[in-house]
Amino acid sequence: MATPDLSPAHTAAPAYPASLQSQLFQYVMQLADTSLILAHRLSEWCGHGPILEQDLALSNIALDLLGEARSYYQYAAELEGQGRTEDDLAYLRSAVEYRNPLLVEQPNGDFAHTVLRQFLFDVFHYELLIGLQQSPDARLAAIAEKSLKEAAYHRKWSAEWIIRFGDGTAESRQRLEKALRSLWRYAAELTAATPVEQALQDAGLAPDYADIQAKAAAYVAHVFGEATLPVPNEAFAQPGGKLGRHSEHLGYLLAELQYVQRSYPGLTW
Amino acid sequence: MNNSEWPLWEVFIRSKQGLDHKHVGSLHAADAAMAMQNARDVYTRRLEGVSIWVVESKHIHASNPDEAAEFFDPAADKVYRHPTFYDVPDSIKHM
Repeated sequence: MATPDLSPAHTAAPAYPASLQSQLFQYVMQLADTSLILAHRLSEWCGHGPILEQDLALSNIALDLLGEARSYYQYAAELEGQGRTEDDLAYLRSAVEYRNPLLVEQPNGDFAHTVLRQFLFDVFHYELLIGLQQSPDARLAAIAEKSLKEAAYHRKWSAEWIIRFGDGTAESRQRLEKALRSLWRYAAELTAATPVEQALQDAGLAPDYADIQAKAAAYVAHVFGEATLPVPNEAFAQPGGKLGRHSEHLGYLLAELQYVQRSYPGLTW
Repeated sequence: MNNSEWPLWEVFIRSKQGLDHKHVGSLHAADAAMAMQNARDVYTRRLEGVSIWVVESKHIHASNPDEAAEFFDPAADKVYRHPTFYDVPDSIKHM
């Protein structure tokens, strides 16, 4: 990642009490991991997209998320203040140290599966960034403001495809329904607050999940309505990723993601 | 899914306010909404545009190359149709 620093204008990290600073570090790492892992999954489509135009669309989204992840990792490195760099944080941790929700590490499957995973994330991501824009933490607010325009387009893109799949042909609908059966259980984790997230919300630095959850659910219902697709009422939810309990998929993903940095530590080009 | 290809669309991008849309290429899409999104993703990745037009290629009717002589050659010796006999003030841009 030896490219120019594109992070928002550098602002000195405000002085927080030590415990809150540590929780903010963990929270920013969670945001960074989430965007990085999803960016990597999307980048796996590069050269394999269903058509050239969508291959590019997927790569564009991957690059947006990677840029967002970099901004978070850079901020996290400063918050931690232990001399670790964004590359150390992104590439040199083990799977149990990653704090991304399970949804984003799920394999791509077919295009419908990827689109649904993206849609469930985009709906949450969009509302989260709107909330984070109001954070009194100037750095978080700046990153959110920059990323929101990208997230708004991601949501438009994935919502459009949900409608096409749901209200398309018998096969497209069947593929989307299949994806729903395997992915819906991971959606609830996005807005289930961990102790760290709760602490950030209590401190007023992160937006309240109840509000985000309500807005996200309303948008999902709206788009599913357009897609003539019933919103699943499946109550079973599978959390764990945000606490470091991951599916087996993350290990394989990281093996590929970290390969170069592990094989040639500290390399640049 | 049937194997028929999505129709072809022509993409026009306006790079700056005040300039006109220019043809930049073509792409495949199922309908206008998808063509618009695809155009955004394929042709505006490097800050090329502020406005996009898409039109299905079948709606564009092209002149016949075989008729090029009668279409275009008669204009070749009518230099008086050019406005180059006027001095354009320096303050006028984009002429």
